[in-house]
Parts: sequence; structure tokens; C-alpha cells
Amino acid sequence: METFFTTNSWVILLMPFLVFLVNGLFLGKRSWRAAAYFAVACMSVAFFFAIKIAIGFFSHVHEHSYIKGWEIEWLRFASADILGFDLVANVGMLLDPISIMMLVVVTAISVLVNIYSIGYMKEDPSAGRFFSLLSLFSFSMLGLVSSTNIFQMFVFWELVGASSYLLIGFWYHKPSAVSASKKAFIVTRFADAFFLAGIIAVSYFTQTFDFIELNKLATVETLNRYAFLGFGTVNVLTVGTLLIFAGGWGKSAMFPLHIWLPDAMEGPTPVSSIIHSATMVVAGIYLTARLFPLFSHSPLTMDVVAYVGAFTALFAAVIAVTQNDIKRILAFSTLSQLGYMLFSLGVSKMVVEEGGAINSLGYSASMFHVFTHAAFKCMLFLIAGQVIHVVHSNNIWDMGGLRKKMPFTYVSCLIACLAIGGIWPFAGFWSKDEIILASLQGGHTVIFAIGLFVGGLTAFYMFRLFFVTFHGESRKELHHVHEDPFMTFPIVVLAIPSAVGGYFAKDLFHHAFVPNMPLHIHELSHPHWLPWVATSMGLSGIILAYFFFGRNKFTQASSIAKAMGPLHTVIENKFYFDEFYLFMTHKVAFRFVAAPIKWFDRKIVDGVMNLTGFLLHAGGAIVRFLQTGQVQMYLSVMILGLLYFCYRVF
Amino acid sequence: MTLHRLLLLSAVNFCLGMYGMVVRRNVICVLMAMELMFNAVIINFIAFAHYGNGHATEGSIFPIFIIAVTACEMAAALAIILTMYRKMHKLDVHRLDSLNG
Repeated sequence: METFFTTNSWVILLMPFLVFLVNGLFLGKRSWRAAAYFAVACMSVAFFFAIKIAIGFFSHVHEHSYIKGWEIEWLRFASADILGFDLVANVGMLLDPISIMMLVVVTAISVLVNIYSIGYMKEDPSAGRFFSLLSLFSFSMLGLVSSTNIFQMFVFWELVGASSYLLIGFWYHKPSAVSASKKAFIVTRFADAFFLAGIIAVSYFTQTFDFIELNKLATVETLNRYAFLGFGTVNVLTVGTLLIFAGGWGKSAMFPLHIWLPDAMEGPTPVSSIIHSATMVVAGIYLTARLFPLFSHSPLTMDVVAYVGAFTALFAAVIAVTQNDIKRILAFSTLSQLGYMLFSLGVSKMVVEEGGAINSLGYSASMFHVFTHAAFKCMLFLIAGQVIHVVHSNNIWDMGGLRKKMPFTYVSCLIACLAIGGIWPFAGFWSKDEIILASLQGGHTVIFAIGLFVGGLTAFYMFRLFFVTFHGESRKELHHVHEDPFMTFPIVVLAIPSAVGGYFAKDLFHHAFVPNMPLHIHELSHPHWLPWVATSMGLSGIILAYFFFGRNKFTQASSIAKAMGPLHTVIENKFYFDEFYLFMTHKVAFRFVAAPIKWFDRKIVDGVMNLTGFLLHAGGAIVRFLQTGQVQMYLSVMILGLLYFCYRVF
Repeated sequence: MTLHRLLLLSAVNFCLGMYGMVVRRNVICVLMAMELMFNAVIINFIAFAHYGNGHATEGSIFPIFIIAVTACEMAAALAIILTMYRKMHKLDVHRLDSLNG
């Protein structure tokens, strides 16, 4: 339904961009407080528009599957009267269930994180710059989710990467922050190169960038053929979708490109919060969901999506159990939850059915989990920020006994941990339950088992964090412990969707969030024992965590860690992946690729240039001796030349 | 006197001027040598005006023209030489080598 709000949906994009410009150029340097209030006000307007669009759209959801808020022609790469076909990149706003959901989530999280930052950044001398860059980040993500075509999405995709680089390296005087921002940028750029190759390959064959066109069945038929693509003759559909997915692979930090996300903790905590909940990492999930109808016709791509997601879910959860840095635990839990979202999309292709019918439950559950995860993960990071602000340490073993001193934070953290642990009736239960159900219905038994097991593991490591941080004795002398109202307010607000959001939103997601494609839905079994099993996995995780960490004595925990011996060390060091990458880049790539190239550049390329310069210089030195400056000498030579000329002519 | 002898006189005059220009070190002498070369040219004009066919007027006007222009040139050249002398206290051509490479 076209309304005032959908036709003016560009306001949602304009607001954060306006904040970026005004704060970056004027307000930020004068008064960071004015910049912060301006950011909150503008993002609230954007949030209001997003909510109005969402209400308008979802109350008439069966009338149409999407609305184009506005669209203009931007770049015309080829036109029909010259080349025989059109290839046009537009700019516009595509409003469909997933993009509207993301608009609401991103604007809401932006408002709350901006409010939180008023408290968090008040002692930082460059807070004005912070509020400008945070809005740029929101702007890029809002542009990404509302793109009408893959080309526009790529532009905003890179903008997300650039603004995350600026924010992770916000404290640029810290060497660790600088290297973390470079790491994030380089790893995601590496994946984006494949994404761009995928866009080129797909748009070359389909002659369109538009998502609606790309998701049509006709596009699948166009793409499903063998052609020569750079390195060999391959199926364009499979390779094209895999290349596009590779972009999301890096952005969503899936194994083995996960290494940048834990290091991205070096930025200010509000930035970690917004990266992990609304912007940046869900972009990869969003891309996969956006092109889901196209992806779903390539069985290999769907399998890659499912297994990469499932493996990352397990891998990251195992690492999270052993970490001691509160933000790092949360970072690995994000990786694990992103894995859930991704394999949920992958398992929508059912292996039990002939030909692999599509089960829309996986798709809607994935988007549902994006929604609930945004709420509780944003909240968990904000809580972590508040705790770090008080304790001045990231290590959970420096905390402890904060329950009495920070009551609001304590209760909110309990809600968030219950939500992420998947305990009925908190938000995470509903979305995670649907994801596990979808994998069971799809017949992916291995992934189903991983999903269940990781559910328990998630509850365990989250409650380990919870007990160690808030219970027991205080392990450090703490002065002036207080809860900043600006920082507490967003946490308490986010507790509401984390607690009840899942229950109230589940029907909406189930009905409205279906892929825009013909579905063959059969009556699928819905085993009644599943929610019980899932919840009991979560509960047993909590009980185990209490047994090990809840009673102020950690003797059992440390003895188990000791008994595990080298295995524990390997996991605690994140399976030595960072070291592996360092080895690959420093020892292998630098020595065997970069060093010979450097030699060639220095000796051959520079050598040729230097030789040319040297020859000219030496020639000049010889010729210079002829220029004596003696007029009579010149005259004599001139006369001799004239005589010689006369001799030759006459 | 024939045209032949006049041309020979002119050639000898010209060569003497040229020789003087190349070998003399004093700037004023160089200037005088240049004047010799001009005169050789003037002799050529006169000779052709006298023995040539028809263009006597042009042949007579050009020498006068050259003499007038040379006088102007000399004025300018002497001014330059004067400045040079003030600067260097010498009139040696070999010292004028600031254009060397």
C-alpha cells in the first residue's frame, strides 16, 4: 500500500546522512553534547518513519510482496539502441518484509546506541567525531538493506566496510585498534572481491541488477547453463551464487574468515554493540536472504550455506567457553548465532523431498533470529560496556559481585542471557526453536544435532559469563560504582523485546516472512517434544554453569581445564587460527609472493627507469663540455659549418 | 677596375673581418672587425650597382641604409661594452662565459 511514509521513505536514509554531515563538519567540533542530541533526534525521526512503514506494510501484507518506495536511474552501463540490451543500475528503496524489518531494527538500535554513547563517550575528547561516524555507519547499513538492486547494495556494502574501519580504529592512537581495523577491512575486502566478481558474472548473463528480476524463475533458467568464466567452464548459476555468497561469508565473519570479528572489539563498546546486532555482520545473512529464491535453485550453494553456518555455530561456541575477555566471549557468541541464522537459510532446501522443495520456515526463522538476536546481543554488549566502564577491565575474572551494585544491569543481563540461551518464553527460544525445527524438517540430521548441542553450549558460556561477572565476591577494589542513566536506559528498553519480543512477533514472522517465490509447502511434521528438548538443553547448560561458576569456587572448573590439558590450550587460543593466518601472510605470502615481486619491482622495473635516467644524465655530462660559453668558439664552429656546407653544395 | 677585382676586395675585406672577430680578445676590436665585414658587404652592393644591369638605385640606397643602421648598432653595442667594463673592469671576450654548460 502506497502511503505518505513509503513514498517518502528516503527520509530514513537522509536522516543519518544529515547527522553525519552536520556533526562531522560543524557540531562535532563545537559541542559533542549537541552533536549527540542531534543524532538521537534525527535517528528518532528515521525510526518513526520505519515504524510507520512497518505498520502500514504488515497490516496489508497479503496485498503485495513488495513496494518500491522510489527509484531513479543512476548509471546506464549499456542501452538497447547501441548494444542491443539494457544494463542499468538504479538507486531506490525496496520495501519488503525483510528490508522493513531491518529498517526498524537498525534505526531502533541506532537510537538506543546513540543514547548509550552519551553516557559512554562523555570523557572522550573526540566524542563529536564518534557521533558523526556512528551515523555514517547507520546510513550505510540502512542503504544496504533498502537497496533495490545488487549494484546499489554493493556500494553501500563497501560503505559499511569503510565506516566500520573508521569506527573500529576510532582510538587510532592505540596500535591494537589500528591493526584490528586494518584486519577487519582487509578480510572483508578479500571476500568483497569475490562478491564483485559474482555481481559481474551474474549481471553479464542476466543483464539486470534488480533483485526482483534476479529472483524470478526466468533468471534461474538463464543462468543455469555452462559457460567459460575466467578459470574454466562452469555452471554459471552455481558459481555466480557462490561468488556472491562469498561476500556475505566475509562480512558475516563465517569460518574461516571469522578472524576479524573478535579483534573488532578494539573499537568503543557502543560500536561493537551496533556492529554485532544491527549493522555489518548481519549484512551477509541479509544478502543471502535477499537472493534466497536465486540461491535456492543451486543445491551446492545451499549446502555450502548450511554447512558453513553450522560449522561456525559449533566452532565459535566451543571457543567462547574458554575465553576470559567479556567482549570476546560475546563476539564468539555472535559468530555462533550468525551461524544459526545462516544454516537456517541453508536448511530451507529439504533433502527429504524429491528435488529439494523449499521450506519457508527456515527462511522466516532466520529472519526471526536476526530480529531477536539484534535485541539481546545489542543489549549484552551495552551491558558489557557498562561493566567495563565500572571495573576498567575486560577480564571477567576481575569482575564479580556486581549484582548488588548494579541492580538494573544485573536483571537486564539475566534476561538477555536467558534470551540467548533459548529459555521459554524469552525471545531467543522462539527463533532458535524454529531454526532447529526447520533443520529437522529439512532432513539435515547433522545440522539438527549441532543446533541442539550448540543451544546448550550457548546457555553454558553465557551463564558462565553471567555468574562470574555478577555473582560471588568482588575481586577488585571498586570506587564510585554507579549506573549512568544514559547507559542504563537503552539496556532496560532492550530488555523488553529480549523478553517478550519473540512471543509476540512469532506469528508475524511465520506468515509475512516467506521468500518471494513459488513454494511447495506440504504439511510438515511438527514434533511436540522438540521445544522441551531444546529448552532442557539450555537449562542443563545453565545448571552446569551454576555448578562450575555459580558458587564462588572455581576448583572444579579449573581442574577440568587442567584435565583437558593441551586441548583446552588449543581452544583457548582459538585453534591458533590467528597464528595460522599470520604464518600464511608473513611467512608464506610475504616471503614467497611479496618478496619476489618486491625484488622484481626494485630491480627490474625501477632498474629500467634508473638506467634511462642514468644514460640521459651521462650523455648530458658529455654534451655539456661543448657549451663553453665562449662566443668566439661558437663563431668559429659556425664558420666551419658554413664552409663545410658550401663545400658540399657547390 | 672590374667587377671581378671589386668582389675580390670585398672578399678579402670580409675574411679579414671574420678573422678579426674570431681571434681578437678585446671587445672593441671585435666590434671593429664586425664593421669591416659590413663594409665588405657595402662594397659588394656598390659593385653590383655599378656593373649590374638596371638596379642602380637599390644598389645605391642599401649602402646608405646599412651605414645608418650600423651607426645605431654601434651606439647600442658601445653602451653594452660600457656596462660590461663597469662591471668587470676588463674588455676581454673570454671572460664573457657565463652561458657555459
